[in-house]
Amino acid sequence: MGRLPGSWAELVKAVDAWVEERIDLTGIRDLIRHKVVPVHRHSIWYYFGGMTLFLFIIQVCTGILLLLYYRPSAEQAFESVQFIMTEVQFGWLIRSIHSWSANLMIATLMIHLFSVYFTRAYRKPRELTWISGMLLFGIALTFGFSGYLLPWNTLAYFATKVGTDVAGQVPVVGHLMTRILRGGEDVTGATLSRFYGIHVAVLPLLTTGILSLHLFLVQKQGMSVPPEIERDGRPIPTMPFVPDFLLRDLVGWLSALAVLGALAAYFPWELGVKADPFAPAPAGIRPEWYFMYMFQTLKYLPSKIGPIDGEVVGVLGFGLGGLFLFLVPFLDRKTAQGEKSPLFFWIGAGIVTYIVVLSVLGYVAPGGK
Amino acid sequence: METLASSRRGFVNWLLGTGFGAMAVWMLYPVIRYLIPPKSGEPSVANVTVPWKPAEIKANSGRIFRFGSQPGILVKTPAGELRAFTAVCTHLNCTVQYREEKQDIWCACHNGVYDLNGKNVSGPPPRPLEPYKVYVKGDEIVVSKGA
Amino acid sequence: MRTAWLLPATFVALSVLVLAAHAGAQKLPEGNSCIDCHRGLGDPRVTPPAENFAQDIHLDKGILCQDCHGGDPTNFDPQGAMSRAKGFIGKPKHQAIPALCGKCHSHATYMKKFNPTIRVDQVQEYYTSVHGKLLRQGDQKVATCISCHSVHNIRAIKDQQAWTYPVRVVDTCGRCHGDPAYMRGYKVTTDVVENYKKSVHYEALTKKGDLSAPTCNICHGNHGASPPGVNSVANVCGTCHSLTEDLFNRSPHKKAFITMGLAGCVTCHSNHDVERPSDSMVGTGDKAVCVNCHDPKSAGYQKAAEIRASLDGLRGAVQRATAILDRAEHAGMEVSQAKFELHGASDDLLKARATVHLADPAAVEKLTSEGGQIANNTYTKGAKALEELAFRHRGLWISVGIILVTIVGLALKIKEIDRRRGEG
Repeated sequence: MGRLPGSWAELVKAVDAWVEERIDLTGIRDLIRHKVVPVHRHSIWYYFGGMTLFLFIIQVCTGILLLLYYRPSAEQAFESVQFIMTEVQFGWLIRSIHSWSANLMIATLMIHLFSVYFTRAYRKPRELTWISGMLLFGIALTFGFSGYLLPWNTLAYFATKVGTDVAGQVPVVGHLMTRILRGGEDVTGATLSRFYGIHVAVLPLLTTGILSLHLFLVQKQGMSVPPEIERDGRPIPTMPFVPDFLLRDLVGWLSALAVLGALAAYFPWELGVKADPFAPAPAGIRPEWYFMYMFQTLKYLPSKIGPIDGEVVGVLGFGLGGLFLFLVPFLDRKTAQGEKSPLFFWIGAGIVTYIVVLSVLGYVAPGGK
Repeated sequence: METLASSRRGFVNWLLGTGFGAMAVWMLYPVIRYLIPPKSGEPSVANVTVPWKPAEIKANSGRIFRFGSQPGILVKTPAGELRAFTAVCTHLNCTVQYREEKQDIWCACHNGVYDLNGKNVSGPPPRPLEPYKVYVKGDEIVVSKGA
Repeated sequence: MRTAWLLPATFVALSVLVLAAHAGAQKLPEGNSCIDCHRGLGDPRVTPPAENFAQDIHLDKGILCQDCHGGDPTNFDPQGAMSRAKGFIGKPKHQAIPALCGKCHSHATYMKKFNPTIRVDQVQEYYTSVHGKLLRQGDQKVATCISCHSVHNIRAIKDQQAWTYPVRVVDTCGRCHGDPAYMRGYKVTTDVVENYKKSVHYEALTKKGDLSAPTCNICHGNHGASPPGVNSVANVCGTCHSLTEDLFNRSPHKKAFITMGLAGCVTCHSNHDVERPSDSMVGTGDKAVCVNCHDPKSAGYQKAAEIRASLDGLRGAVQRATAILDRAEHAGMEVSQAKFELHGASDDLLKARATVHLADPAAVEKLTSEGGQIANNTYTKGAKALEELAFRHRGLWISVGIILVTIVGLALKIKEIDRRRGEG
């Protein structure tokens, strides 16, 4: 043991040496030193995965803080959130950041998903990364759906009712699914308990496993380069991950943090009115924006298409759409063979257009069919 | 003599260090304040503890208390039983009151009358007063909506 | 053939249409010569009664044409059916109608068969009314039972189509009392219907669906209809507005009004066009009712001004508190506790307005100062909420500032590293 460290840099070096004497971190060191990120005209999209991760970490931190005061029962949930918003010091900040960050995270997640899709990053050898990513997407939506109910206000209560009703449209197992989701026939305190358990235990556990896999694969395989740039033949410039790319990542993350703060201060998340199951559903119930396109589609479908219920057709349609995306690495033969794949480009463009148009319609179309 | 580049580098490092340092403090402060429990202790819930002891309330009397965002009326019948109802009149939402001389609940706005079961017995009110559950825990009276 | 289904389909469609047209109606009895002949005649003078009878409550109870008009319904020969020997009375004379209805409706034992608690004194009451008195004097135009209850299609009281359903009463009475041509020669004004329809009571009845709101029969009586006397109007209003009546009776106005022969309540609030009262009715302004009697040098004038000032003060305080709390709430602050407390101040304002009838400035002031306290407290809470909001905004800008500084540092660092890579 030498003299005491006199500066931050010396302190870091000392700790580093102490750890190195005990654990061989050569693998990680090499990764950090040698990881590079390709630089080309589509590099901007590389930032969105990390941004989503950053926002997820914010969710975990604010979520844990909220856990300390939130009470998951029908009698107390609303009042406990009200307590957090009004009595707990900076509770308003933690809660508003949690709600806004959830939405921001799903937005960046969707950008990440579609940027990966259009740059065909799912092709060999990254099929597993894509699969794990799609699973994470499903988990994120479930996080959003389950978390939405927790304040137990009117909007949340009825949105959950409608949402779990839609799940019931799945043929054969629909009713059972709805009962399992709701913890009974109707949306009650049992539903709240269930959603709470899913939101703070089940999903975090699943995420830990699948996210670790996803991140490990990304580190091991490096960043994918879009096919047309590869086909170019020219050597692709790169930048080191540490510190170049990481510093730029940080700029993005800090900007997101500033945006979240501004949103929390100027557009605090609404509390609403405590849910009353006996009151009639208010006009204008709608889900969060990331479910809006599905909600609006169901509104437009006729009540019967041939012998089948319109809603069933809709739900099956969503299922098939999800399955298509899930299996795209295996369906996109042309890309797998190294050729251009305009069909899949147009399918992707179609899906994005559909989502955007239906979401916009959900907000501007005159209410109700 | 330091070169311009190295002094600039030093400044940038200092800026970064200070920035991150300030951010750390600025973010840690709210989190620590958050963790310290507020004075009011717990959220007031759909169970409301009224601010009176059972002994304080005389028989054949009633008082208004706050239940959530609406007024409620706590009544001790002539026989000594504690009952509670919403104090919002079912006619036009005025606040009702207890009438000692008639031993009933009365709405001053349009002379609506309810009996001590909350039933609307005369005047304009179309429906009875919604009853609440009353629990007495030692020296505390807790009123709840009761599901 | 392929279109053979058209015939039964048309039949079904037509039957549905016919049945729908008679929705709510009962089936007219068969084998009753009165009904059969009168319907068959198709004459606008005698067929409508038979057709309309399908909707009548009497048919529902098994009471038919012959039970009021006499005659023999089993006889399909006109002479036999409508024979005096069988008790046929034809169309009863105007004067005879109450007695005809009363034959059953004043008979306690008979009515008990249908409804044990129904009243049987309607005819008796009727003859105490202005209508009854005029009828006895030979008046042919005055209202009798059928003028208000209709005839041949009389509906139950609870039936929303009945002429006596609360919402429709004003139009039933108004058929005569709102018709200046019909009422020429009588001593009543015919603007009553028009006036009543301007009133807050009519609004409550029709727009708010409050069936307990007063209409003609509530203040004037059903069968014993007559205007309440000058000294007893206040009692009528006081049936619902009991607190106000009590306050008025304890005020100096009560005795003064009796002395001057003025009707309580009505003098200031009118009788039919009772409008929503406002604070401008109190005080010394041009819309105030106080100055109708009190001249500027009188004590009453002073008191009126004081009362008005108290009300204005509290109203202003409540408005200011509501405004600031709304602003805070709109900006996202949680102020539901303060809003609840503000209700107390609004309640005090309501009570103060009622206390105006006591004509005692001190009593009004007691309530308005109590309410003013509450309003001021909640105003302070609203101001505190806005302060907290400002604190949050300041905190935000400092955070943004710190983050920006850090981002600038990062950007400079990035540039520096890029430069070094370029050189190296």
